[in-house]
Amino acid sequence: MSDEHDNNKSYQAQSSEVLDGSAGSINPDMDYVRPAEIPEQDLYHAHSFIEKWIFCQDAKVIGVQYFLTAVFTGIVGLILSWLMRLQLGFPELAGFMTAEHYYQFVTMHGMIMVVYFLTALFLGGFGNYLIPLMVGARDMVFPYVNMLSFWMFFVAVMVLMASFFVPGGPTGAGWTLYPPQTILEGTPGSGTGILLMLISLSLFVIGFTMGGLNYMITILQARTRGMTLMRMPLTVWGIFTATVLAMLAFPALLVSAIMMTLDKVLQTSFFMPTILKAGEVLEYGGGSPILFQHLFWFFGHPEVYIVALPAFGIVSDLISVHARKNIFGYRMMVWAIVGIGGLSFFVWAHHMYVSGMNPWFGFFFATTTLIIAVPTAMKVYNWILTLWRGNIRINTVMLWCLGFIVTFVNGGITGIFLGNVSVDVPLSDTYFVVAHFHMVMGIAPLMVIMGAVYHWFPLVAGKMLSETLGKWHFWITFLGAYSIYFPMHYLGFIGVPRRYFEMYDSPYMTSTVGMNEFISVAAFIVGAAQFILVFNIIKTLKTGKKAEQNPWKANSLEWYTSTVPPEHGNFGERLPVVHRWPYDFSVPGAKDDFIPQTTAPSEVANTEVEKT
Amino acid sequence: MHAGIIFLLVIVGSILFHIFTPWYWTDIASNWGGMDSTITLTFWVGGGVFVAVCLFMVYCLFRYSHKEDRRAEYKPEDKKLEKILTWATTLGVCALLAPGLIIWNQYVNVPKNALEVDVMAWQWGWQYRLPGADGKLGTTQVRNIADNNPFGINPDDPFGKDDVMIESDVINLENNRPVKILLRSVDVLHNWYVPQFRSKMDAVPGTVTFYWFEPNKVGEYEVLCAEYCGVGHYAMRGGVEVQDKADYEVWLSEQETFEQLSARYEKLNVVDGNKLAKK
Repeated sequence: MSDEHDNNKSYQAQSSEVLDGSAGSINPDMDYVRPAEIPEQDLYHAHSFIEKWIFCQDAKVIGVQYFLTAVFTGIVGLILSWLMRLQLGFPELAGFMTAEHYYQFVTMHGMIMVVYFLTALFLGGFGNYLIPLMVGARDMVFPYVNMLSFWMFFVAVMVLMASFFVPGGPTGAGWTLYPPQTILEGTPGSGTGILLMLISLSLFVIGFTMGGLNYMITILQARTRGMTLMRMPLTVWGIFTATVLAMLAFPALLVSAIMMTLDKVLQTSFFMPTILKAGEVLEYGGGSPILFQHLFWFFGHPEVYIVALPAFGIVSDLISVHARKNIFGYRMMVWAIVGIGGLSFFVWAHHMYVSGMNPWFGFFFATTTLIIAVPTAMKVYNWILTLWRGNIRINTVMLWCLGFIVTFVNGGITGIFLGNVSVDVPLSDTYFVVAHFHMVMGIAPLMVIMGAVYHWFPLVAGKMLSETLGKWHFWITFLGAYSIYFPMHYLGFIGVPRRYFEMYDSPYMTSTVGMNEFISVAAFIVGAAQFILVFNIIKTLKTGKKAEQNPWKANSLEWYTSTVPPEHGNFGERLPVVHRWPYDFSVPGAKDDFIPQTTAPSEVANTEVEKT
Repeated sequence: MHAGIIFLLVIVGSILFHIFTPWYWTDIASNWGGMDSTITLTFWVGGGVFVAVCLFMVYCLFRYSHKEDRRAEYKPEDKKLEKILTWATTLGVCALLAPGLIIWNQYVNVPKNALEVDVMAWQWGWQYRLPGADGKLGTTQVRNIADNNPFGINPDDPFGKDDVMIESDVINLENNRPVKILLRSVDVLHNWYVPQFRSKMDAVPGTVTFYWFEPNKVGEYEVLCAEYCGVGHYAMRGGVEVQDKADYEVWLSEQETFEQLSARYEKLNVVDGNKLAKK
């Protein structure tokens, strides 16, 4: 026992230096935190350039590698969206584009953005960088597997990109890859293109499983002393729950990819019924196309939350830090994340109301889908109640968070339209759906990513991004993206179907020409505006102002590393000891408006802090 | 305080856009007005929540923007407020779900007097089959499809003989008579969708799916394929002509039955055979 107290004391001496020497009287009883259960792990330190920057085992470098690779795919996805919008808004300028091209662009844009960009960025990028830092670990628990995870992802991206250059081009089956058309003539890339897509997805799942096990086990087993589950930042909760979902959902994608590969290569009939094509009956029979849809959406719906939950977590932390106020209803927020994660496995067939599955399923899935709206709404209330009576810094980071709230609420509410089975009937397969999911899982998570980049850049690079450029970047992106997707819902009301290469001259479609042109112009501008960030980053790295330690005055552990940017091993000689949750902002009686997680109760004895 | 003002303008702009938009429903021409009403209800409830949340956010931006000498409130939880919000949301969700489920119940229960229409889809086109005088469609099989049997009707099925074949992408329907659309596909997924009728369902190869509606406005409508079906998807159009009973019956009487079609082909074969014999 006495040893433990000694440890605490010596650590507190260390931490109070960081805090400008505000050490209060030390009360050993109040400062007691459970001793560490496992001894410190030894880290493998890099010996060469290659080990340090390429085949690297440091989660922070792996995080940056994931981030940059995902951003590369994101830029490819962005260019594809420009080409699509050129065709939809100004077909006369897109004479080089055939229907085959268009459908290939649609497919690759969708798959890239959902899987290779958003998923990889949130879990591979932010997850790797932030988990060890935020839970007070020196690294992930399996650094070598973590390195393999990134390189598996890298190979998956290369295979995916290779499909642009094979005969027939990449698959144009739509990102949902619904059979039978996916592997039949009549769909672009139904030869090599689809095979490469299925191989790439399989590699992604394998790589992701390696990373995911790491995230889960690091969070469960490698938290520092005092970091109880209910003291973890919501970012970690979001990433943790998303990873559990991914571990359960991705196998469904993997088996459907394997079965479809067999259908394609060996003419098995998992998903293929008797088919008449060009006057001939093909060598298939007895399979079920709807089975694939169930498997796909059993993965696909949790996938939405695999992207959304880390965004929920991160935005909660950003709002709390920059509103200088504790996150409102932390426990509710944690249970909402876990609850949404659990429920997300019972709603998949709301993507299939008009798929031809037994229509009685509609009652069940509409009910479960609308139940999920309740915890989701609670999260929204808690975000705005965190702003309420806060002391809000309206800086670039906060602007992205506010943009997230607007777009997420907008997209969440259109989700209630689509989840409510009979309301879905007229709207499904129209532009209303396109507008809904772009708003809720495209733009909203993107807002969080951008906010997170501006927030954590000083930690990663040690320099402050330009606020002026950041605000221009935000306003152009937010106003532009909102004016792309808000009017697009009304195309869906008219009944304009999605995935149409050309609208022809249907009377209710010709009325939309003006809107399509407007949306396309907005899309070009928003896409181009993203290069403001690239410029900002390059400029800052070259000439930017050096960041002080903890520039935002945050409480969570990643800002209390021994160096900025944190070195391999993160925390110097001793791991930090945690005494509180990360949301003690503006505590009455405290000297500053924040109390770091490492501050012992005795150091702030005369405050009105609540025990967490 | 420019940020708050711009966010406020975005909210006001969204409301104004909704009020003045020239883009809204295509005029409805079926019995599914209930779907439109549920959408409108969801719009008011959901739109209200959206506007309320955003306005509250803007209010916070104005009222609580950063001041060095001020501290935020410290109140980690408010159980009572959270409880009220949970129950209010649950109530709102139930109010939206209930009408949705009621209409879905109507959607999946087809009226007994509905006329069955076999809609057959392929890459990339449509054709239609109506039951004959017996009121029943003959059973079909993809493997039976041939020039002299475009719908793949089982030749042994007595109900199939008088089926009315419409080898055209346009079908006529009788005004104010419920129709049960039976969908099938010979190759990939399709979806027979008329925006004015609001309803839709995928055609899935290997099975027969259905939905129903009652057209209630005479006129011509465009059919769109609403499930991606390969490179010709956007061009896969068809038509519906809704007619009054008298006009419809005239049209119906001009259509060929399976029996007549078979006979025509037999004659053709005989002629061809004769030609061959002469050669």
